[in-house]
Amino acid sequence: MKLQKIVKELELEVMSEAFNLDVVIADGYASDLLSDVIANAKKDSIWITLQIHQNIIGVAVLKELAGIIIVNGRKPEAETLKKAEQENIPVMVTELPAFEIIGKLYGLLRSLGFSG
Amino acid sequence: MLREFKADLHIHTSLSPCADEEMFPKRIIEQAKMNNLDIIGICDHNSAENVAATQKIGYKSNIAVIGGIEATSQEEVHILALFDDLEELFRFQEIVYDKLPGFNDEKVFGRQLIVNENDEVTGCNCRLLIGATSLSLQEIVETIHLLGGLSIASHIDRKSFSIIAQLGFIPEELFLDALELSPNCQNQMGSFSDMRINQELYGFPLVTFSDAHFLRDIGKSLTIFFIEEASIKEIRKALSGKDGRKVIT
Repeated sequence: MKLQKIVKELELEVMSEAFNLDVVIADGYASDLLSDVIANAKKDSIWITLQIHQNIIGVAVLKELAGIIIVNGRKPEAETLKKAEQENIPVMVTELPAFEIIGKLYGLLRSLGFSG
Repeated sequence: MLREFKADLHIHTSLSPCADEEMFPKRIIEQAKMNNLDIIGICDHNSAENVAATQKIGYKSNIAVIGGIEATSQEEVHILALFDDLEELFRFQEIVYDKLPGFNDEKVFGRQLIVNENDEVTGCNCRLLIGATSLSLQEIVETIHLLGGLSIASHIDRKSFSIIAQLGFIPEELFLDALELSPNCQNQMGSFSDMRINQELYGFPLVTFSDAHFLRDIGKSLTIFFIEEASIKEIRKALSGKDGRKVIT
């Protein structure tokens, strides 16, 4: 599923116009421990977290993640956004808590045959 | 004789991937001198490989350099580990290295430059220093104490990598020696002395250091210790208010 569609369906706020939303999301991973994401997230996944520090972009680049959704209305730090633009890692925010946005996202991906 | 020592014990060098590459020993000491600091602490992420070089330069300039590591626990909490003795510091480094998985990607996180006392690059650390160890917070604090060091929870007011942000509160059984407030804390939440009132909430002594990643930030935030000499032994006494030693700021 294209990130563009996920953004629209889940009403995510995209933090910069510079991001390419044409990427395909293959999977999802939710975690607030960066070391856990480094160890376990799969390539082309969308990552759901409450972390806002610039290191999330480094981790996303390292793991070749397709994008990051920051939950609970938290906003990425200015440095984080700058790095995200440089590295072209789309960063979105939602007012919803993690449980709700993950539930919606899971349903959306599953409707297209994603098996988890 | 007891006197005031201005201390900034949380300074990164070019070894930390996130720090500026101008953070070399000579330049750090010059900056410390300019800001009239008496003691600085070198605390890179999960490594102490630029400590000895900085100590050599500091010695010549009459600035005491305390060696340390800013260790990352498995909960992704940053803890400053400071030691009087290089031998103990390097033993702590061994323990950290043993529990630190992964390799650094310079393009993603930045270079990890090891330098000598002439500010010449002598090598790179290839470990994932920005990463987390598999040591728990409890294990880190206990290990520091076993080796005779001082354990201070880093920048507890920050939203990232701080004990409050990661764990919500400080576990009762965790015997930290002090809590560090970042320079931001003073800007955002009033003066350091106002914050000290809050220390009763946690029951730990409070200190504030710069967490400098850039030369210009060295000494931006400091703590004045009323002690006899520049050592962890004396600072430990000041934190617990023993033998007339104290924290002044």
